[in-house]
Amino acid sequence: MSEQEYTPKSKAGKWFNDRLPLLTLGAHLTDYPTPKNLNYWWTFGGILTFCLITQIVTGIVLAMHYVAHADLAFASVEHIMRDVNYGWLIRYIHSNGASMFFLAVYIHIFRSLFYGSYKSPREVIWIIGLMIYLLMMAAAFMGYVLPWGQMSFWGATVITNLFSAIPLVGDSITTWLWGAYSVDNPTLNRFFSLHYLIPFLILGLVVLHIWALHVPGNNNPVGIDIKKPSKDTVPFHPYITIKDAFALLVFMIIFAGFVFFTPNVLGHSDNYIPANPLVTPAHIVPEWYLLPFYAILRSVPDKLGGVILMFSAIFILFVLPWLDTSKVRSAVFRPIYRQFFWILVIDVLMLGYVGAMPAEGIYLVLARVGTIYYFLHFIVVMPVVGYLEKTDPIPMSISEPVLTGRAEPSLARKVNDKV
Amino acid sequence: MSKEEKKVNRRDFLFTASYTVGAVGVGAVIWPMIDQMNPDKAQQALATTEVDISSIEPGKSITVLWRGKPIFIKKRTSEEIAEARAVKLDDLPDPQKDEDRVKEGKDEWLVMLGVCTHLGCVPLKDKGDFNGWFCPCHGSHYDVSGRIRKGPAPTNMEIPKFEFVDSNTIKIG
Repeated sequence: MSEQEYTPKSKAGKWFNDRLPLLTLGAHLTDYPTPKNLNYWWTFGGILTFCLITQIVTGIVLAMHYVAHADLAFASVEHIMRDVNYGWLIRYIHSNGASMFFLAVYIHIFRSLFYGSYKSPREVIWIIGLMIYLLMMAAAFMGYVLPWGQMSFWGATVITNLFSAIPLVGDSITTWLWGAYSVDNPTLNRFFSLHYLIPFLILGLVVLHIWALHVPGNNNPVGIDIKKPSKDTVPFHPYITIKDAFALLVFMIIFAGFVFFTPNVLGHSDNYIPANPLVTPAHIVPEWYLLPFYAILRSVPDKLGGVILMFSAIFILFVLPWLDTSKVRSAVFRPIYRQFFWILVIDVLMLGYVGAMPAEGIYLVLARVGTIYYFLHFIVVMPVVGYLEKTDPIPMSISEPVLTGRAEPSLARKVNDKV
Repeated sequence: MSKEEKKVNRRDFLFTASYTVGAVGVGAVIWPMIDQMNPDKAQQALATTEVDISSIEPGKSITVLWRGKPIFIKKRTSEEIAEARAVKLDDLPDPQKDEDRVKEGKDEWLVMLGVCTHLGCVPLKDKGDFNGWFCPCHGSHYDVSGRIRKGPAPTNMEIPKFEFVDSNTIKIG
């Protein structure tokens, strides 16, 4: 929290601030001491906020034209695409925005994994972040159902059927989720309602996420605790805001590239066929950002086992701060863990790839190997490497290796590389 | 002292009683909020469907919609019935005799929910390793009796409640 007391300059400002200290909050956010060595991997928090706002604004606009009824939904989406002024643009921003949101969140999560941002004292930030991620997946899944195309319908069928794997009450839960005896109009209606709700829940959690971040302050590429404010920090504004803004511009160029040049490349053409409960598409795949979990689900030849393993793959991340036994945060100083980190990145990418392929032959083998490594990484590699690894020496401050050059030259170079 | 103790006890009782009434009240409000998501009267009203089966040739099948789900109605040939009955129960992940999946004396008619018991896709007919159905989603193979033989599905395809109204009509549900 802000160290200095803030007093508004104007009389009116002081009058207002005494009654609701919004200006104090604003001053805190502006002056917030931030490590001066944050690299571009740290700009994704701002990018994600942009993504959330984009989805909420375009979503509210789309809801003005969309009809959540099984007989009308598909036609209303086509109506948005053809008749509504700029409807095509707003819908393409919304649908590609979901993908961009996940792209950014995955980078954000892997940044945390590399630099140990989930470790003490930032466990609560990490857990709130995972809750946001879970809500994002729920929102994205329900949003994909709304156009009521073939992939919408059958994706909804497959995912809701996951709950039927629960012993004894599974079928009742599935029927309750559907509000019918199959995915049908009541299902579409409630998914629309929840799809509208979830982004605002995410917004609330984002506030908590940032609040929890501002208590210990940012982690940084060196991963050491720093004094705040000090010569190791800079005020959030203008130093970080301008850096975030530049990264956001680059991100928006990529975003616009998808929207204007290949708006459907991340979707599936079968979703332009109206939902048909009698015909399952030959090859059902979820959206790309859910593929690694889909691969884990399919790698198990048992229904309940597959469902349990898929959910475990997400929930194991919640206990990550306690599975990692290393006292050193940043992988920059962890030569062994660093290599496993990149194996995990490759593993998740591979799972994503095989999740899009048919579950047979070599793909099934790769999915199984990938699943086994995924869990080994968290359950075995993280605790054991944390104990056994001989970490590189850590600088005393952010400035030390950069400014004095007196710390180990090799170390200084390494830090520079990452910064 | 005893007077004070009595006072505390009386207050405890009031607290407990208030919490209990509060909990009952909250429960009474929450249950309607949960139950409203269960299938409504309009959905339940779709419970039965009558189907004319007179035009189905032996070896062919039709698919009809019942409660939003496909029902496969297949008129099996005698070879197919023989094939289904020749399977040893030990070879089945979910052992069930073919006789138990059809109406007695109407052995050629297989009426079942055309929904894969894995994650609910519609299996394709005349496909797979067992001359029956194959689910394209996650690779479950069913035999000519609709029993699971290979793949992730845990059970055989479900037989709905149905009856023959006359020799040309069945009523599902």
